[in-house]
Amino acid sequence: MSDPRLLVIPKRLAGVKKIYPIMSSKGGVGKTIISTLLALTSSSLGCKTGLLDLDFTNPSTHIVLGVNPWEQEIIEEKGIIPQLVHGIKYLSITIFTRENPTPMRGEAVVNAFRELLAITQWGELDSLFIDTPPGISDEHLELLTYLGDKLEVVIVATPSPLAIKSVERLAEILLEGNYKIAGLVENMSDKPKLQKLAENLRIDYLGNIPYVKDIDEKIGNIELLRKTPIWEKVLEIVNRLLGNK
Amino acid sequence: MFLIGVDEMVHEWALAESIADYIERELSKKGKKNIAKIVIKLGILQSIDKEILDFALKEIIKSRDYRVGEIVYEDEEVILKCRRCGYEWRINPSQLDEAIREAIHFVPEAVYSYFKCPRCGSRDFEIVRGRGVSIKEIILGDNNE
Repeated sequence: MSDPRLLVIPKRLAGVKKIYPIMSSKGGVGKTIISTLLALTSSSLGCKTGLLDLDFTNPSTHIVLGVNPWEQEIIEEKGIIPQLVHGIKYLSITIFTRENPTPMRGEAVVNAFRELLAITQWGELDSLFIDTPPGISDEHLELLTYLGDKLEVVIVATPSPLAIKSVERLAEILLEGNYKIAGLVENMSDKPKLQKLAENLRIDYLGNIPYVKDIDEKIGNIELLRKTPIWEKVLEIVNRLLGNK
Repeated sequence: MFLIGVDEMVHEWALAESIADYIERELSKKGKKNIAKIVIKLGILQSIDKEILDFALKEIIKSRDYRVGEIVYEDEEVILKCRRCGYEWRINPSQLDEAIREAIHFVPEAVYSYFKCPRCGSRDFEIVRGRGVSIKEIILGDNNE
């Protein structure tokens, strides 16, 4: 470990009890909405909650939250303090990159990850949810390698035959590395269809979230999102995650 | 007398802490308590305030169980190189718009949001040098100093 930033990252997260990265090998399964709603529902239960958008090249949680990146303010105090948005401590690289395209290769992603984590003062949190980009790449490997102890990975999949192999691959990487898996969330699915898969992989099945046709019309408006069946299902899942079931 | 209030202990404090931790770990590995000299490279892309960084670093070191003799800072100019056409160019952050300079100050990779290759327009460029803070050299002191 020759990078000084890696030494302070654990200190910056010392007050965070649990870190939940939301991961999926495939894109388009709804990680961003689920990450954001997990954070919002956790906060609605009175838990101190944070949300970090780790999708540097395509950040989107701000859209779900209805946050305009051009209006985000950088708050400094021996580093930076995440902004309070709808009761959650929120940080996305958009606070620096705004809405501009930001293509990055692996080395730049690693540097951005370490810099951001080294300067962000999260303070006391019960849970920090992390939206990650699809796949298993630099952001995920950095997370797993340097934040491993507090991590409990939430895997998201849709009930597509294409999803099964990718869930298996991701689970294999996590299990063989002895990383903790909080469980599997089945998204865009009216009935539980991936329970057997979770059982075979010996991971918890956290629940299914129905497909809501007009969800796009509610993105960016928390009050409207709160009235959808998705919110209720995510609330059930967050209760299970936090041990309130 | 040079004074800085806590409110001004901004982002540089976080960087100073990582340097102090790094020194501590290096000394512990070598079983030493003092370093004679440390050379810290400051890539100017990050627009680090040298005075604040120096003040923060010295304050943090005071609270640690080791001593540092001389702290030397070396500025490093920024060189960017396009991966597509090979064009190399320099930028001077002090001439940038304040909001852009501030964004890059916190996370230098924000440079990919605001710059393109001046010759071919590609955003696929590398920061050849001058990115941010790095430790160039540590000269250990005598253990009994």
